[in-house]
Amino acid sequence: MPRRVAIIATGQTKHAARRLDVNIAELITEAVTRALQDADLTMRDIDAVLLGNMEPFEGFLFPELWAVEGWGGYMKPSVKFNTGGTVGTTTAIAAYYYVASGIYDTVMAIGFQKQSEGHTQTAITTVGDPIWERSVMAGAIGNFAVMATTYMHESGVTEEQAAKVAVKARRNACLNEYAHLQMPDITVEDVLKSEMLAYPVKRLDMCPQSDGAVAVIFAEESKAQRLAPRPAWIKAVATAHEQQYMGDSPKRLAEMRSLIAASRRAYQAAGITNPRRELDVAEIYEVASFAELAMYENLGFCERGEGGKLIDAGVTELTGELPVNPSGGVLSTNPIGATALIRVAEAALQIMGKAGRRQVEGARTALATGYGGNAWTDILILSREKP
Amino acid sequence: MRRVAILGAAQTRFEACKASLAYNELVYGVVREVLDRTGVPMREIESMVTASQDAYDGKTISGMAINEVVGAYLKSEAKVAADGLQALLYGVARILSGEFDLTLVVAHCKESEGDPAAITGLMFDPFVQRPLHLDELTAAALQARRYCRKKGLAPEDVALVSVKAHRQALKNPYAQRAGMFSVSDVLASPLLADPIHELEAAPRSDGACALLLASEARARAHTDRPVFIIGIGNCTDAYWTERDLAEARALQEAARRAYAMAGIREPAREIHVAEISARYAHEELMAIEALGLHPNLVELIAQERAACINPSGGPLCGNPPTVSGLLRAIEAYAQLSGEAGARQIEGARTALAHGAGGICGQNQTVVILQRE
Repeated sequence: MPRRVAIIATGQTKHAARRLDVNIAELITEAVTRALQDADLTMRDIDAVLLGNMEPFEGFLFPELWAVEGWGGYMKPSVKFNTGGTVGTTTAIAAYYYVASGIYDTVMAIGFQKQSEGHTQTAITTVGDPIWERSVMAGAIGNFAVMATTYMHESGVTEEQAAKVAVKARRNACLNEYAHLQMPDITVEDVLKSEMLAYPVKRLDMCPQSDGAVAVIFAEESKAQRLAPRPAWIKAVATAHEQQYMGDSPKRLAEMRSLIAASRRAYQAAGITNPRRELDVAEIYEVASFAELAMYENLGFCERGEGGKLIDAGVTELTGELPVNPSGGVLSTNPIGATALIRVAEAALQIMGKAGRRQVEGARTALATGYGGNAWTDILILSREKP
Repeated sequence: MRRVAILGAAQTRFEACKASLAYNELVYGVVREVLDRTGVPMREIESMVTASQDAYDGKTISGMAINEVVGAYLKSEAKVAADGLQALLYGVARILSGEFDLTLVVAHCKESEGDPAAITGLMFDPFVQRPLHLDELTAAALQARRYCRKKGLAPEDVALVSVKAHRQALKNPYAQRAGMFSVSDVLASPLLADPIHELEAAPRSDGACALLLASEARARAHTDRPVFIIGIGNCTDAYWTERDLAEARALQEAARRAYAMAGIREPAREIHVAEISARYAHEELMAIEALGLHPNLVELIAQERAACINPSGGPLCGNPPTVSGLLRAIEAYAQLSGEAGARQIEGARTALAHGAGGICGQNQTVVILQRE
């Protein structure tokens, strides 16, 4: 039986397109300091630090070692992960395993990215296989356009329904003091009229590029109980990978095999049979508006082909039956190395009752996902009750 | 606490340029060999940890290209962008957590596909240091000079490490570079960056390695003489320009943690064989000292016992970065399981594996292994 593990504190930077006021180390410090203050801890209380970052975006090798003063890692164990969009959840899941293993009692997970200092789409273009894929797949947008058209064809979801997701995200972001894109007056019309990037994906259907960092502190049971009035217990974690080549998973968003596999494994471990009823809030990694609708279906929030109806009915609004991304989600904030860990931090804030104006009242069970690489998935389920 | 054992391991032969194999094919080869050797079918392995660097692979999220060949389809894999021994540490944590009985740990690197100076140059501060065109080698040269000055070591002392390494590598069928060199041969080899000569630096190398970790119960069902991981330690130092490069504080601390966990009080007596990730000859001397493996360095090098340090020849005989740390654990395992062939150290029961990452070893890992 693994040791019980909980999240006891979180800290985020103010995310923005360009944080010209700080360098990478200082950006990380902002998140780390807030996380330590959140639990009234100092770095002396942290046994080890795990970091997530996509260093090709800033053109670095071991950026975390250059920035070590920024996260207080001097003379501490540390390691960095690199798994694409999932890297934040990869880091969170590693923090869970390290604490559950008994090797460390208190672990800080950090995600960071300063996209303004590099050229992300250039780096993302090299994700494709150099011989078979690179010449026909440029950056993230083309990839999502292909997925979105397939999904529209399979499910009958419309551009208007996707636009509603984009509106929900940017309006929710106004309740989140850390969010990058806050657009209180955005309408479905605005999204539909925004610049077409690659059919059917328009500018406002896509996530932004952000500078930002997040820190999340994990602790074993006795420390968690001592240090946090209401810890967010880790009830389940799961990871599932996809095949490498796009052609091997032709249905992409319409049938997200890794999301189905990982979520069902996590639901089973957490004793969840009806996710729509039993989850109180979800923070999911929706890179484009269309993806969120597809994720509703693949996470089992609704039947196949019903994703559009869910947003039409307002089920996933902040006041709905199952609020999805009250933080504003990836569509509002996307410092890639931090993005998935922000999902975990936001889910934890909901459980801890610290989500401020975006708080879902009485949230007891929360889902966080990471999505990245070649359509692979991480899942964490957090709960007010001990596992 | 649960214990973690190694069930089996594999490595490629290391070569300057494996032009006929892509890196995922290299990985496939070692994974296949681990499965064949252990008889464990892929369907029983639910967890994988890999180590690689996007910068060397020339591909963002380069782990994507090996997920299928490590068997991770719909399973749990994570990639550390760090030294391969860090992947082993995370694999140990995954098994100790109780969620997995088996974890496959893999590392790969093809230095031939990029320019090592340009790639390692990306470790440096972009504002002040990159304009100086520093790289791993030039930083190591500054460290070597500082260390030798502080410790009073002569160029011949450092060259002896290379002599020993290449002599020992003659017994290692996987080694890329081996030979009976003299101290004067070493010092006559081309000067790469003063004071480091070609035979005192790891050659550009391609290769991969893999090992399979198992819970104690699983290991006992598999073998009568399991090799256990009994101590682990990791530590991060300050950035290279913020510390005395002649000191290996992070390595001392990583060793202290690993020794404490393993119950080792006198490493010089209790460690029978050590595999050290020295990419430059002076780093082996620094590590021997920091790990407490011998009280007198220069004396040690001349002694017979020196053979117990890097019996494989170590990275000087050709292991690429990232791979080198995990390969140290694989070589240590080979010694303890009696599979080390001509390079076998007789009677070895406790072994140490060392890995390092960053500029001048900013991040250090120590693992202690023991045969029951």
